[in-house]
Amino acid sequence: METLLEFLSFSNPNVRYVTAGMVLLGICSGVVGVFTFLRKRALVGDAVAHSVLPGICLAFILSGTKNPVLLLTGAFISGWLSLILIDVITNKSKIPADSAIGLVLSVFFGAGILMLTSIQHSGNAAQSGLDNFLFGSAASLMKNDIITFSVLCFAVMVTVGLFYKEFKLISFDRDFAFATGLPVRWLEILLATLTVLTIAIGIQSVGVVLMAALLITPATAAYYWTNQLPTMLLYASLFGAAAGFSGAFISYTAPGMPTGPWVIVVVSLFAFFSMLAGSKGWLKRVMLLKKNRQKILAENLLKLFYHLGEPENNFLQSRTLHDLQEKRKFQETDLNAGLKFLIKKGWLQKYENGWKLTTPGKSEAQRIVKIHRLWELYLNTYLKIAPDHVHEDAEAIEHIITPEIEARLEKLLQRPEVDPHEKGIPYGS
Amino acid sequence: MIIQVQNPAIEVHDLTVSYDKKPVLWGIDFTLPQGCLAGVIGPNGSGKTTLIKSIMGLLPSNSGFVKLFGKNINDVRDFVSYVPQKESVDWNFPASALDVALMGRYGKRGLFKRLTKDDRDTAMDCLKQVGMQDFAGRQIAALSGGQQQRVFLARALAQEAKIYLMDEPFIGIDATTENAIIEILRNMRQQGKTIIVVHHDLQSAAEYFDWFILLNTRLVASGSKEKVFTVELLQETYGGKLTLLSQIGDLLKEKSFPVRE
Repeated sequence: METLLEFLSFSNPNVRYVTAGMVLLGICSGVVGVFTFLRKRALVGDAVAHSVLPGICLAFILSGTKNPVLLLTGAFISGWLSLILIDVITNKSKIPADSAIGLVLSVFFGAGILMLTSIQHSGNAAQSGLDNFLFGSAASLMKNDIITFSVLCFAVMVTVGLFYKEFKLISFDRDFAFATGLPVRWLEILLATLTVLTIAIGIQSVGVVLMAALLITPATAAYYWTNQLPTMLLYASLFGAAAGFSGAFISYTAPGMPTGPWVIVVVSLFAFFSMLAGSKGWLKRVMLLKKNRQKILAENLLKLFYHLGEPENNFLQSRTLHDLQEKRKFQETDLNAGLKFLIKKGWLQKYENGWKLTTPGKSEAQRIVKIHRLWELYLNTYLKIAPDHVHEDAEAIEHIITPEIEARLEKLLQRPEVDPHEKGIPYGS
Repeated sequence: MIIQVQNPAIEVHDLTVSYDKKPVLWGIDFTLPQGCLAGVIGPNGSGKTTLIKSIMGLLPSNSGFVKLFGKNINDVRDFVSYVPQKESVDWNFPASALDVALMGRYGKRGLFKRLTKDDRDTAMDCLKQVGMQDFAGRQIAALSGGQQQRVFLARALAQEAKIYLMDEPFIGIDATTENAIIEILRNMRQQGKTIIVVHHDLQSAAEYFDWFILLNTRLVASGSKEKVFTVELLQETYGGKLTLLSQIGDLLKEKSFPVRE
């Protein structure tokens, strides 16, 4: 707790820089990543992230210093080179895109590791810390780095803001964008440049190995919460910022910890949580399915009460568990849950040692029986399905027919008296 | 039977286009009159989509050129509208029906410029024309196939173009939507717009179009319905590829020979 307060007070200027840098990076990769995600270019992002390593090493070998601008330039050039190479291999050879991506990634990364190893063995004192580029170390960020990054992040964000509608269109429908006369090729190069730049900015703090994850994961998490591109951009940048903040904090409390993996762990947790609980997530679907099952069970029970009442035309009589189970076998737990649900709805009431329909309950039950029989007749008349084959179908469809469809069915069949089994179709009085 | 016209809306001149080194359009040459509702008809793989994309300048060609109102496509994109196949985009994209209709205004607005209230009103009006005004805010993934097609049409209408090129707008939609769309297209024709539609159903084609382009890698016929929509020419269109031509096409691909010197 004390560490957190100390961290949050930002009394240490280095903490201030590191945190600002990480948050900015998170926002930047969140925003750019949304377009990478929507254009289905995640793997290309990964390849580019790995491919910046030889550029960094080469820049160091040539200059002998760790000047952030020089290293960034090296990273940027080799990142772009890998992008062009992927494009050329895909278009000019018979190698499919996924193989081309894999090929470029491993060759560039391999070359990078080779250079890194030889630099480490060269005895150059300035090289210490260069291996931080593998997994990233926020703590190694200096004031100079942060200033450079901030300027670049700001430039990236402004560019996305300026070309928002164009980027949106080329991500959704490239051919149409081209057809309306937008300079698509040019816009794609611009977007790719922003992506490479974001990756280059991120590698010192997150590392080449995991940078692609910081690009894609915030967008993935955001995708589960919204159907609007502006909202998705906002959420992705928030997730990115929060992950960057956590990464900075963790590397502050435990300086030995590599920043990159922690940022990714945090942002992956966001994504995992979003997949579960997001408005387009798994839980929503499970709840919907549960609600459907509940509706089916309740309507089946209501129908049962109605059927029991039909022979004597006495629908409001109390029925015991035994009566119900004899007519139609239910799982005991289902039956109890269903009865409870119907009482809560006001469609059933407990009566002596049984249950009976209330008046609204009766009309609801009647509605379902009516829909069931109308549908059977529809299947028989229009789909020419034999009367002994229509019941199963109607059992399922009766639960989903809306009042509008009910009205259309009634009109289409001209308010028929009986279903294909000669059973009366009940209409509301 | 290839009927040429004066002052055409579209002129396709000796167009040859290859896919993966094999010609899919071979020496296509026709003119399309202004203010017609034309159907591009032909069997699967006959180059219908390729023709539309080539007219839009989306594909490189081996030879020939296309002129719209006598000009290069790049000079007239402002008033040429393209409706791609519905399946060509991912409908899970985070956008609403109105967002997509608004995309029809991007070309008019140009780079950097923000969309104005006028653009919004136009897009909304176009959604209304296709009967989608109540779904303006709906996420496009939640729309039915027919509704998605209507949204695409609204986007094209929002472009306020003079020439419309539509790739299979009637595929995978219900009869109501099909009728609604053809009604809109007829209205557009009445306003003097030129519309060219890739279509695969011969039955309805006879009823919908007043001009026909019969295609099977080569141009079989191009002309008004009365002259071109005949049993004889349709049989020629659907009677299979010219075997000699296919053989040459295969050879070109196999030997990596250029289609033009």
